[in-house]
Amino acid sequence: MEGELAHIGAGLAAIGSGIAAVGVGNVASNYLAGALRNPSAAASQTATLFIGLAFAEALGIFAFLVALLLMFAV
Amino acid sequence: MLQTKRMINVATDVQSEGGLAFHPLDQFIVKPLFGDGPVGMFTVTNATLWMAIAILTIIAVFVLGSKGRAIVPTRVQSVAELMYSFVYKMVEDVTGKDGVKYFPYIMTLFVFILFANYLALLPMSFSTTSHIGVTAILGFGVFFAITALGFILHGASFLGLFWMKDAPLFLRPIIAVIEVISYFVRPVSHSIRLAGNILAGHAVLKVFATFAAVTLVSPLSVLGVVAIYGLEVIVAGIQAYVFTILTCVYLKDALHPAH
Repeated sequence: MEGELAHIGAGLAAIGSGIAAVGVGNVASNYLAGALRNPSAAASQTATLFIGLAFAEALGIFAFLVALLLMFAV
Repeated sequence: MLQTKRMINVATDVQSEGGLAFHPLDQFIVKPLFGDGPVGMFTVTNATLWMAIAILTIIAVFVLGSKGRAIVPTRVQSVAELMYSFVYKMVEDVTGKDGVKYFPYIMTLFVFILFANYLALLPMSFSTTSHIGVTAILGFGVFFAITALGFILHGASFLGLFWMKDAPLFLRPIIAVIEVISYFVRPVSHSIRLAGNILAGHAVLKVFATFAAVTLVSPLSVLGVVAIYGLEVIVAGIQAYVFTILTCVYLKDALHPAH
């Protein structure tokens, strides 16, 4: 029973990865919207874009990690 | 070590149940290269082998490939020069002129992670950067080096990093607590980001590969593997870039703690 609950928990943790995808999409879409309005400033902001993507994505990876821990460590 | 053992157990369990053709996490098991003994601190494992291959490749590109120091570079030399100037520009842009002193360390990190990520994409290879043990050493190394550097350069005034002068006075202690927590979470997220991305990517690749055993979906599975592999090639480069640029951002905080 406990193992099955862990599997359900792992599935729920996968939702977190999906929500992180919303965050990553949000960062990229706002960057693209800004870049199309002012293309000359776009190149200087790619570093900021990647930092933002990395922070958004890290939280999704944490959710994935929780899923892995539930599957293999609990 | 313990985790690896557990993964082996899990892997064999799944195989005996007969779900997937092979377990997608089998590829991350650390095995000794010679014999079947226990994995200790000094055992030569497949992880050791692939890290050594990464370092030998780096030496081949950066030392042997650029030995001629030609004014018109050869192909290998121009690859090395491109990477060098890419990282140099990144350090200069993010940290400013006084951060250039620390460029060799950042270049080392970038090149090692990049080569390890790309070598992991070879079939039958072992992805060293998917192990938190490897990335935690890199991440905590950056953390300790930068914290020490901040205290050496600025003394106790380095703690001003946590004390926001622009914030209203009554909010400052609360912000300081949050800043301290976020400072200490940095090395954890720094290392787990890299390991998690590579681990997740390779696991997805293997999950799609297991579908090839089912006749009905095997053409789709091959297409899926090709598509995910293309994505992984991009991710390998981006994660090396992200790790390096975050190191630069943390270094900038240590060099200029006052906001």
